Amino acid sequence: MQYATRSLSTTSNPVLRWLSNTLYRKSNLFLFLLLTPPLLWFGVVYLGSLFALLWQSFYTFDSFSMSVSNDLTFDNYRALFDATNLDIILRTLSMAVAVTLACACIAFPIAYYMTRYGSRAEKGFFYIAVMLPMWASYIVKTYAWTVILSQQGILYWCINQLGLSSALNQVLQLPAIGGNTLATSNLGRFMVFTYIWLPFMILPIQAALERVPTNLLQASADLGARPAQTFRKVLFPLVFPGVVAGSIFTFSLTLGDYIIPQLIGPSGLYIGTMVYTMQGSIGNMPLAAAFTVVPIVLIFIYLALAKRAGAFDAL
Amino acid sequence: MAIAVEFSAVSRHYGAEDKAVKAVDDVTISVAEGEFFSMLGPSGSGKTTCLRLIAGFEQPSLGSIKIFGKEAAGTPPYEREVNTVFQDYALFPHMNVLDNVAYGLSVKGVAKLEAYKRAEHALSQVALGEYGKRKPGELSGGQRQRVALARALVNKPRVLLLDEPLGALDLKLREQMQLELKTLHKKLGITFIYVTHDQGEALSMSDRVAVFNRGRIEQVDSPRNLYSLPKTSFVADFVGTSNVVNRDLAEQITGNNQPFSIRPEHINIYDNQKNVMKVTGEVADIQYHGATSKIEVAINGQLLAMVLSNTENTEAQLPKIGQKLTLSWPQSRMVML
Repeated sequence: MQYATRSLSTTSNPVLRWLSNTLYRKSNLFLFLLLTPPLLWFGVVYLGSLFALLWQSFYTFDSFSMSVSNDLTFDNYRALFDATNLDIILRTLSMAVAVTLACACIAFPIAYYMTRYGSRAEKGFFYIAVMLPMWASYIVKTYAWTVILSQQGILYWCINQLGLSSALNQVLQLPAIGGNTLATSNLGRFMVFTYIWLPFMILPIQAALERVPTNLLQASADLGARPAQTFRKVLFPLVFPGVVAGSIFTFSLTLGDYIIPQLIGPSGLYIGTMVYTMQGSIGNMPLAAAFTVVPIVLIFIYLALAKRAGAFDAL
Repeated sequence: MAIAVEFSAVSRHYGAEDKAVKAVDDVTISVAEGEFFSMLGPSGSGKTTCLRLIAGFEQPSLGSIKIFGKEAAGTPPYEREVNTVFQDYALFPHMNVLDNVAYGLSVKGVAKLEAYKRAEHALSQVALGEYGKRKPGELSGGQRQRVALARALVNKPRVLLLDEPLGALDLKLREQMQLELKTLHKKLGITFIYVTHDQGEALSMSDRVAVFNRGRIEQVDSPRNLYSLPKTSFVADFVGTSNVVNRDLAEQITGNNQPFSIRPEHINIYDNQKNVMKVTGEVADIQYHGATSKIEVAINGQLLAMVLSNTENTEAQLPKIGQKLTLSWPQSRMVML
């Protein structure tokens, strides 16, 4: 009869008890209280500023007085298709595509090894090895690369030691890729972009691989599929959403970056550096805003293409 | 009859040599072509590892495995004429049911139309002809089980490996699938190798059963012999329920200390029968099981279980807990261990 006298609730405070019981019964109220602060933050601060940006992209910039008036116009968007601006967009876009493809090709084997062969300790080591570069300042890393890629740098030294300097010079003479030195070539810029964004590709692919049960691969082999067929028909389709998730990071981060194009590679603006210049030194906020919309639109197009390719069928 | 699968002194070790875990330890068996062969044992007894050795997902550390006379060690799974039905089905979640079933054919280069035609036929054989366009995630457990079966059988394997295929199904469905599997086995005439920890399943379906314990084989025999003539106390205990009588009690009952086993259904309440073994104890527990009642009698601390059919007659005279009861059984039913 001991149980009859014991209070069932763990708290004796009647107010707290009333509160927890009410929240337990009215789960909608609980959800409301739980989600209001983040939704306010997300809605007002994030979406609000995004809409403000979108709105400002329709403002008018007077290039004579260098001032912005809030008369609405499509001129800024029309200006995006001017030859010089289109050039900037295509230059950035092609770099983003190249960096994304390279990151995917490098990340997949690393992630695959981590998932399938790594012991617990090895996995921990890989996680840290992948994340460690993200802990260091991004600008420091980029400056470090300017040193690595310079003509007195370690990369040139290595290439000389291997006797490959003539090969490098030939590569650097190629149009679109090359330049005077690695540090001022698109190739160098591409290497730095790939290095900096690689962790953002490895981690989602690794997470996707982790979710593929081993017995699906065994079932595929059991049914007569050679390893290459198993990869093409089972493993890759199942991991594709992870590759897409990673590529959204590498793609959008490259589209929006304004540091690396300033420090490494040839002259010529990127979307990021263009926005930086427009809103900083020139004060053409409306055109800067219009340029900022470009990556957003490109990402939407990319997602639509990925969806059509069946990227999300396995989700 | 030809031998489908032959293990000669096969061992599978994990880990460093000095402190290796022996998942399979010196196993020798041969499975005849067309046989329904079960591998029975508790979890961790090595039965699944043996199946994986046949499928090719694992390689033996020692010994040889022959599939239809051809050495299989070193051959990858995709070059073996066996197919597996996995415990949790392992259906490809990104393909619809028809593509799942056609998978084996399409990777072997069968033309698309032909592959689909045969896959549709295989699906209709497991009564899922209408489900080809669905994704595996939209099917029930029993339906997924059938898809897995169709996906394996469409390749016309010479040996079908089944890894606890009914483990995730509820009792009614399991019984129904057992029947269907047996019918299928008869119809196809191919070798079935069936891994299970459910002794009832193994006994009711198989031609022969291998009982595994700690990586070793305890006994390979027909279900009837396994049940009535267990060779080891492990088999006596694991297959069906059995009273394994230890040395001390055996000495008290039979006069010599040879341990033996006796099935609960062979024990009667003593009623002046002639030429029987008998022993008196105290009723410790009575469990009601619907068609039968199980009575446990304590003798010097050891429990002997007996089973009574619940007829009008016996229910009226069911003993009470604490009551003295004399049990008896024909000597011929005792199995010396």
